[in-house]
Amino acid sequence: MAGKVNHDYHILEPDIWPLIGSVSALTFTSGMVLSFHPDLFGTAASFVMWAGLAGLIATFFMWFKNIVVEAQRGDHTPVVQLHMRYGMILFIASEVMFFVGWFWSFFDFALFPTALVFDHETGLTTSLFGQEGAPAAAFIPKGMEVLDPFALPLLNTLILLCSGTTVTWAHHSLIHGDRTGLKQGLWATIALGALFSSIQAYEYAAAPFGFGGNTYSSAFYMATGFHGFHVLVGTIFLAVCLYRTYLGHFTPRQHFGFEAAAWYWHFVDVVWLFLFVAIYVWGGWGAEFH
Amino acid sequence: MATTAEGFDAHGTGHDDHAHDHADHKPGFFARWFMSTNHKDIGTMYLIFAIIAGIVGGAISGIMRVELAEPGIQYLGWWAQLMGGADDINTALHMWNVFITAHGLIMVFFMVMPAMIGGFGNWFVPLMIGAPDMAFPRMNNVSFWLTVAGFFSLLFSLFVPGGSGPGAGTGWTVYAPLSTSGSVGPAVDFAIFSLHLAGAGSILGATNFITTIFNMRAPGMTLHKMPLFVWSVLVTAFLLLLALPVLAAAITMLLTDRNFGTTFFDPAGGGDPVLYQHLFWFFGHPEVYIMILPGFGMISQIVATFSRKPVFGYLGMAYAMVAIGVVGFIVWAHHMYTVGLDVNTKMYFTAATMVIAVPTGVKIFSWIATMWGGSLSFKSPMVWALGFIFLFTVGGVTGVVLANGGIDDNLHDTYYVVAHFHYVLSMGAVFSLFAGFYYWFPKMSGRMHSELLSHLHFWTFFIGVNVIFFPQHFLGMQGMPRRYPDYPEAFTFWHQVSTYGYYIMAGSMIFFFVNIGYALFAGRKAGANPWGEGATTLEWTLPSPPPYHQFETLPVITDEHDYHDHRPATA
Repeated sequence: MAGKVNHDYHILEPDIWPLIGSVSALTFTSGMVLSFHPDLFGTAASFVMWAGLAGLIATFFMWFKNIVVEAQRGDHTPVVQLHMRYGMILFIASEVMFFVGWFWSFFDFALFPTALVFDHETGLTTSLFGQEGAPAAAFIPKGMEVLDPFALPLLNTLILLCSGTTVTWAHHSLIHGDRTGLKQGLWATIALGALFSSIQAYEYAAAPFGFGGNTYSSAFYMATGFHGFHVLVGTIFLAVCLYRTYLGHFTPRQHFGFEAAAWYWHFVDVVWLFLFVAIYVWGGWGAEFH
Repeated sequence: MATTAEGFDAHGTGHDDHAHDHADHKPGFFARWFMSTNHKDIGTMYLIFAIIAGIVGGAISGIMRVELAEPGIQYLGWWAQLMGGADDINTALHMWNVFITAHGLIMVFFMVMPAMIGGFGNWFVPLMIGAPDMAFPRMNNVSFWLTVAGFFSLLFSLFVPGGSGPGAGTGWTVYAPLSTSGSVGPAVDFAIFSLHLAGAGSILGATNFITTIFNMRAPGMTLHKMPLFVWSVLVTAFLLLLALPVLAAAITMLLTDRNFGTTFFDPAGGGDPVLYQHLFWFFGHPEVYIMILPGFGMISQIVATFSRKPVFGYLGMAYAMVAIGVVGFIVWAHHMYTVGLDVNTKMYFTAATMVIAVPTGVKIFSWIATMWGGSLSFKSPMVWALGFIFLFTVGGVTGVVLANGGIDDNLHDTYYVVAHFHYVLSMGAVFSLFAGFYYWFPKMSGRMHSELLSHLHFWTFFIGVNVIFFPQHFLGMQGMPRRYPDYPEAFTFWHQVSTYGYYIMAGSMIFFFVNIGYALFAGRKAGANPWGEGATTLEWTLPSPPPYHQFETLPVITDEHDYHDHRPATA
């Protein structure tokens, strides 16, 4: 048994970052709990959360840096590259189920609405369900305006679809050895992603309703907010790929880091299409637009 | 033995430099146990962690059984004050809720799951498929430490305010509104994040297992030649991958309802507490199969080994687990028959739930058929496996009773349900864990345990748990609701019997721990295959314990070794 290694699998040396990452995750979540309850723990307690977040970011940075170093060193044999394909597909599958949770609650509220009234001045929602003078049951509380799907959300849809094509442009350039095209395609994709996030931030800031209060606003912000977070992650992922391109990484035959970023980006794109059709267009159908 | 520094330095020096001793080259203590990338070491850590969590969770059930030994509130006030709570009846009663919550969460997320999937899965999936390690060794380690982090988050929750006292008193289901407006303190936030952390670890672990099983099988080992334990972990990993993210979404909504004014589960803003139950049980029902499927796999290996026969109906056994996994996703609302579902919905969920009895029956009868005409030997793993088959069937039969929406209207949230799920878990899952432990302990440690102590452990445990839980069927049928620390005097007798059963069960664990100690310090050395020719899977071709890195030359499984026999043609 003892002897030369005769297989192509990647046997790793011991690594400290899983432990640091887990301690940081616990610090981060515990710090969030402390900051949720300033009455008990004071306002300064949120530094625990920031410390945990810093540890998490450091872990992600070092972890992916190590993977890149190993890839450049040639540790990623064809079978190990296949591991990563499986891993990324499965990770995206679990992300799909995460969004199933948000869509499930959204459709529950949209299909089985109750009688709510929204007050513009205070931003408060009241339930008049079963009471005298209650409005007809409707998903959007009576008196609340929602975002016009065919204004900025439609523009954002076009931006994301467009970014899906630019990332494919970058991919084809990479496969055909056109490094300039790869850089241009990635720059364009990252710019479009940043533009999407900016428009989304502007929409949130200008929206006529807040996070809490009623089911429409809760489901809206939760679903689009988690999507927005995924856009940010995808943009960072693509930016890392761009940086690696300038370092001369990626070959026409081996560039899984890029492919994973592209897959993730397409996943984020598809989720948006569902959000746009379900929440913005169908969910807001017949309501007053802001 | 290398020093820690060498453990760091070895990074990137390539295999050839230390090729002569690579297979047994172990890093120093800190690097080996805190920075591990070795599936066997991580599996060992999971098993030790699960045993510790099991002691904590088991001790909490002892507190509950002692409290329930007679009517009235005996000790809860004392516990409330010990935990820093106020000296009044509400705090005392809140402690009860904290105990049932902690017992459930610990046993599910920090005992059964880490032991089955993290422990035995990590140890034996790579060995059984002829792989040198898991596909993602570093991610394997973060899965483990995230589970530990989750356990700590749950421990933190005990020391901060929850509802009317310290600790999270929501039940393991964390139903709104008890978990939202009913428990405003930070304890429930800590408990929710505990599930987030442990859940993230499990999702990463699931991706790791699926990738390993799909991509690292030894040459010639097709899916249909894979040992059934590997099949069981594969199906379990898919259930984890697809069910846990929905739980993550649901408990994130709890967090925002608690802290950011959303109204997902608050009718005042149009929300619906029943939505939480749907989301929770869409995860929760696959979760109960997550806790039993690896047990099914272990029982298949053990029954075949000690019958000296290939398992009966291999393909049927494999696809029965796939069927249980698939159907397990579409039966969740049988946990919710009393929330006001309409009668058609109840009919659907009744029918779909009963369908699961079909593949489960395939498994029970195939285990029996495996033994039929076999050359049986009643070694310690086998007696636990037989106990499993009998007791799991009892729990399965009461499950078919509870599957009926109409009957469940009466039995919902009674001790009948408690008895049912403890028969499938603390007798099904736990018996399979002990069976697996005695089966693989010689392989993992290189030492034989005492058959006498194992048999004493089995019989005392078997009597103990049955004395605890069989009377709970009677209590439930008589109307004793679950999750109450007090009861009318009419229920006293069977509650007392149940508590005596706990003492027997707790005492029987002494045999378990003495046995481990005996084996580690004085046990006979185990050979590569202590169980004889019935043990045909690849882990028995390796020394006990296996080298630090096994299968540096991959074993080859040839065509004449079909699914009746997993022995490699060449060692």
